[in-house]
Amino acid sequence: MITRIPVGQWVSDGLDWFNSTFDWLLQLITTVIRFLVEGLSDALIAVPYPVLILALALIGWLLRSWQLAIGTALTLLLIVFMDQWENAMLTLSLTLIAALVAVLIAVPVGILAARNDTFSATIRPVLDFMQTMPAMVYLIPAVVFFGIGFVPGVFATVLFSLPPGVRFTELGIRGVDSEVVEAGHAFGSTPGKILRGIQLPLAMPTILAGINQVIMLALSMAVVAGMAGADGLGKQVVAAISTMDIAQGVEAGLSVVILAVFLDRVTAALGDPKSFKHSALSALRERGRARAQQGTAVPA
Amino acid sequence: MFDHNVDQQADSEGDEIAISVTHATKVFGRRPKEAAKRLKQGATRDEVKPLGTAAVIDASFDVRVGEIFVVMGLSGSGKSTLIRMLNGLGETTDGAISVFGSEIVGTAPAELREIRRTKMAMVFQHFALLPHRTVLDNAAYGLEIQGVPLEERRARAQQWLERVGLATWSDSFPSELSGGMQQRVGIARAFAADTQILLMDEAFSALDPLIRREMQELLVELQQELGKTIVFITHDLNEAMFLGDRIAVMRDGRIMQLGTPNDILTDPANDYVAQFVQDVDRARVLTAGDVMEPPRAVVPTSAGPRAALRMMRDLQTSACFVTSSGRKLVGVVRDKDMLRLVREGGSNISDALKPTPSIVSPEQYIAELFELSVESPLPVAVVDEQNRLIGVVPRVTLLASLTNLPTMTTEIPIIEPTPDVPRAIITATLDATTDGNAAPGGSSSLAEGSIA
Repeated sequence: MITRIPVGQWVSDGLDWFNSTFDWLLQLITTVIRFLVEGLSDALIAVPYPVLILALALIGWLLRSWQLAIGTALTLLLIVFMDQWENAMLTLSLTLIAALVAVLIAVPVGILAARNDTFSATIRPVLDFMQTMPAMVYLIPAVVFFGIGFVPGVFATVLFSLPPGVRFTELGIRGVDSEVVEAGHAFGSTPGKILRGIQLPLAMPTILAGINQVIMLALSMAVVAGMAGADGLGKQVVAAISTMDIAQGVEAGLSVVILAVFLDRVTAALGDPKSFKHSALSALRERGRARAQQGTAVPA
Repeated sequence: MFDHNVDQQADSEGDEIAISVTHATKVFGRRPKEAAKRLKQGATRDEVKPLGTAAVIDASFDVRVGEIFVVMGLSGSGKSTLIRMLNGLGETTDGAISVFGSEIVGTAPAELREIRRTKMAMVFQHFALLPHRTVLDNAAYGLEIQGVPLEERRARAQQWLERVGLATWSDSFPSELSGGMQQRVGIARAFAADTQILLMDEAFSALDPLIRREMQELLVELQQELGKTIVFITHDLNEAMFLGDRIAVMRDGRIMQLGTPNDILTDPANDYVAQFVQDVDRARVLTAGDVMEPPRAVVPTSAGPRAALRMMRDLQTSACFVTSSGRKLVGVVRDKDMLRLVREGGSNISDALKPTPSIVSPEQYIAELFELSVESPLPVAVVDEQNRLIGVVPRVTLLASLTNLPTMTTEIPIIEPTPDVPRAIITATLDATTDGNAAPGGSSSLAEGSIA
């Protein structure tokens, strides 16, 4: 005979206690998140789709290339004509808000971890736990805390997508050439100024790569959030599974892929602008620099 | 900015102390304090190994205002740790370090930052420029930390970029510059901060030899112009010898010897230093003033040709230097000419005076003496600014100075230049003309006789 250890029961009891004790906090979070996600999705849906598609294509051109702009326009139009536009905008809103919250938490935690070895050692197993726990498990406490809808979706998504943000931020800051940081100290700079003036700017490509990962994980999780009743492409996929509707599943799934490709390409270019010399932004910057050099050359 | 620094140079004339290090010890590891205590009680570096790694052990020295103080040692000798203790970048386990009277060890971080801002700038081995800033803003970094307004700090940084020859590069980014140029920016940044002390950690070690020599010369030039106090770390003894007013040789965390380049070269404190010194290019460290000997074959212009001839015979040399009043060098005379003068009954050696073939100043490196030495059989004459003959460097001395022999070669008989005229002929001529009558023709028969 073995004695069963009721780990699950303990956690469940703990969550119940948390739920009743911090009810006010959960209410507040619910209100804020719902306001943000619904506000954003309402705004995105309110804009006529040709305008929004044009705007997104423009962002693609600015940050990466005209090829991405064309690809974005065509694939987004496909979403429109598969009649998934509204669902896609809902999912996009949930993803962006969840990613935003995750980044707002992850970057400061990452900075702290980079500066303090004990803290870093402490949070490492926590991050491992968060990342390896099957994602759908997060939905259970999320529904317990926040009921059905967007908010548990965002909650579970934030939990799941947070770790790479923390890891990449810590890695980026620790990876800054120690001699350059030492130079800051040697000239008498304060730790805060070194962080803002040297470490963060130099770690930025790595941090942005982390943010790219956060967004991608958030998008994948936003689909799972459909199970918690969050409207959007996720709900379509869940519905397609329960009714074995291949057509609906493919259309919703394809829309997710299109969103994912767009978000990935744009955020990747954000972290590594030097690799995309043909983006409109670097062309503008180059022209500005050439003009500045001309300006200095004339009086000389 | 420059005027201000000239004032500092004026202050440095005295023997004022910029940095004072007393019994400083640094141990990395788990129980540094305990290790430092044991070291103090006489434990060796290996004995305290279980407690921690002793990087610097019982270092004591003063850096004087306006000098280049070089700390020389191989990797692992503790030199880089030592320089970081000076500005508090690395903690000191035991001992005291003060910079212009401000204690470094145990000082609060805010106060340390203030000392670094106002008293000591640093130059790094791998330049440590901020890659996301332009060259100009890099050079202005120290001033930015000091709180100098944007316009002013850019103007001052630009001045320094011009001084190091990078005026046109101010809008570029560090990655667009070669290594040597990047380190020029590093130097501009350090000098622009306008601190009295500069710490240079292997500043030129990452550069090509030619560029390195260029940078060393630039540094010496700037130092002489501004009278900065420089602590320079290097593993290259030639560099140490070239730059250092004084050199501390480190090994395994201890200072083995502290002295001028000449002290270290000619009087190494132990086998380790001696072994190190073996590889030094002595010809570029020792100067004519270091190796010269007191001139012996010298006659005053007032002396007659007979006196000159006698001196050359006695010293077995074929020529001698002629000095006027106040030992000013006026030229040389040769034995053949003197012999002729004596026979002809001339009394003024100035009639046969020849220009001195090779003259150097005492500061010139002996590397520059070799060619001169080949061109003329005479010893190279060393004269001071007033053109006074203060020494000579015969060929054999030049050779001896390149070995580990003592450079003063008075014990070694100087056999050159070999007399052109056999000694006997000179003696005979002198004897024959004792009464002041020249005896033309007689000398030749005498000569033939003596040879036979």
